[in-house]
Amino acid sequence: MPPRIQIISILICVFLVAYVFELVRRKHLSEEYSMGWLITGTSMLILSVSDDAIKWVSGLVGATLFTSTLFFFGLLFLMVICLHFSIRISALTKQVRTLTQHVGILDHEKKVLEKKIHQPPWQAGTSSLEQI
Amino acid sequence: MKTLSYQTFKSQTSPPIESAVIPEDDTAETLSPQEPLTKPPKTLIIIPAYNEEKNIGAVLEGIQKQSPGIPVLVIDDGSSDNTEKVVRQHNAKVISLPYNSGYGVALQTGFLYAVKNDFSIVVQMDSDGQHDPANIKDLIEEVQKENCDVVIGSRFLSKDSYKTSLARHAGMILFGAIASLFCKQKVSDPTSGFQALKERAIQFIASDNYPPDYPDADFIILMNRCGFKIKEIPVTMHASPDKESMHHGHKTVYYVFKMFLSIFVTLLRKYPKR
Repeated sequence: MPPRIQIISILICVFLVAYVFELVRRKHLSEEYSMGWLITGTSMLILSVSDDAIKWVSGLVGATLFTSTLFFFGLLFLMVICLHFSIRISALTKQVRTLTQHVGILDHEKKVLEKKIHQPPWQAGTSSLEQI
Repeated sequence: MKTLSYQTFKSQTSPPIESAVIPEDDTAETLSPQEPLTKPPKTLIIIPAYNEEKNIGAVLEGIQKQSPGIPVLVIDDGSSDNTEKVVRQHNAKVISLPYNSGYGVALQTGFLYAVKNDFSIVVQMDSDGQHDPANIKDLIEEVQKENCDVVIGSRFLSKDSYKTSLARHAGMILFGAIASLFCKQKVSDPTSGFQALKERAIQFIASDNYPPDYPDADFIILMNRCGFKIKEIPVTMHASPDKESMHHGHKTVYYVFKMFLSIFVTLLRKYPKR
């Protein structure tokens, strides 16, 4: 691998790993979500530093250029991370939806109770559309 | 991460407020010696509404005229207009969702409410005036019969209904044909939101199985595969006064994609018979 791209790649990976640690330390990123980034950064760092590792992996995937191997695995890791996030977003959307429904129902029940508490007994009758 | 299920929610909250908290108001819950021993089924009409201040009043008046005595629950799906105010002026119940969540979510909220308050029959209809309240009693009569869990009001079985656009009609025919094929019965109007459901079908809709965006042919196939008995009856549908369909513009492309994908995965999944 040309030394210039090797140095750039090492610097980017070191920066990525260090930045993820810093984000976790500041509690801007949870440990759960940091795992994917740390695995990506560390793997790419190993591939950038070790000539033997990148040679072996390039031979494994059939790449003629070492830089292609780096790009290939970088892209692969990003795809996995994106898919993981899509799964997480789907779960969160479902949870928000459920909470929204429950908030709506609980708010309605609160209003019904407030109405019943503040309403004088002689006005307790309801219209036909309201009697539930 | 575990999703908060409705059963958890139900077990954590108090019994239905309307029937349990202040019993002296709840005259409908107690039978006097003069009344017949068999109580009529507890019925609820659910109407999801989003920015329908112009139409919802007429719909509620129509229901009050055609089906007096049946309570109505409007789910205000985060409207930015005066929909909630108009509903309250007509003395109907209203659940307001904090933000616009979509047709399916609003509708399912009504079904969650129906399960929580032990309603045994639910009629769902649209808020834009398309569905004729005169057909509500037909749907209720039909769903009360044995061997029937869901009754779908079909515009194509009625001569009085409005004519849809060619593209929309083609979509309905396509997904109707797919639903008919897999349900092994004729499904002429899979997009109809004018339906009556009873008991276990209500609980099924309140569960995680319900598609959150727009329940359509995929949900009919799902219900059929779970053993629910589905019938269609003719109903009158009017053209929507001033609004476009839910599936217009780029949403049409997503609708077709979503429906094919949803039907495909529905057929791949295994569901317990009811």
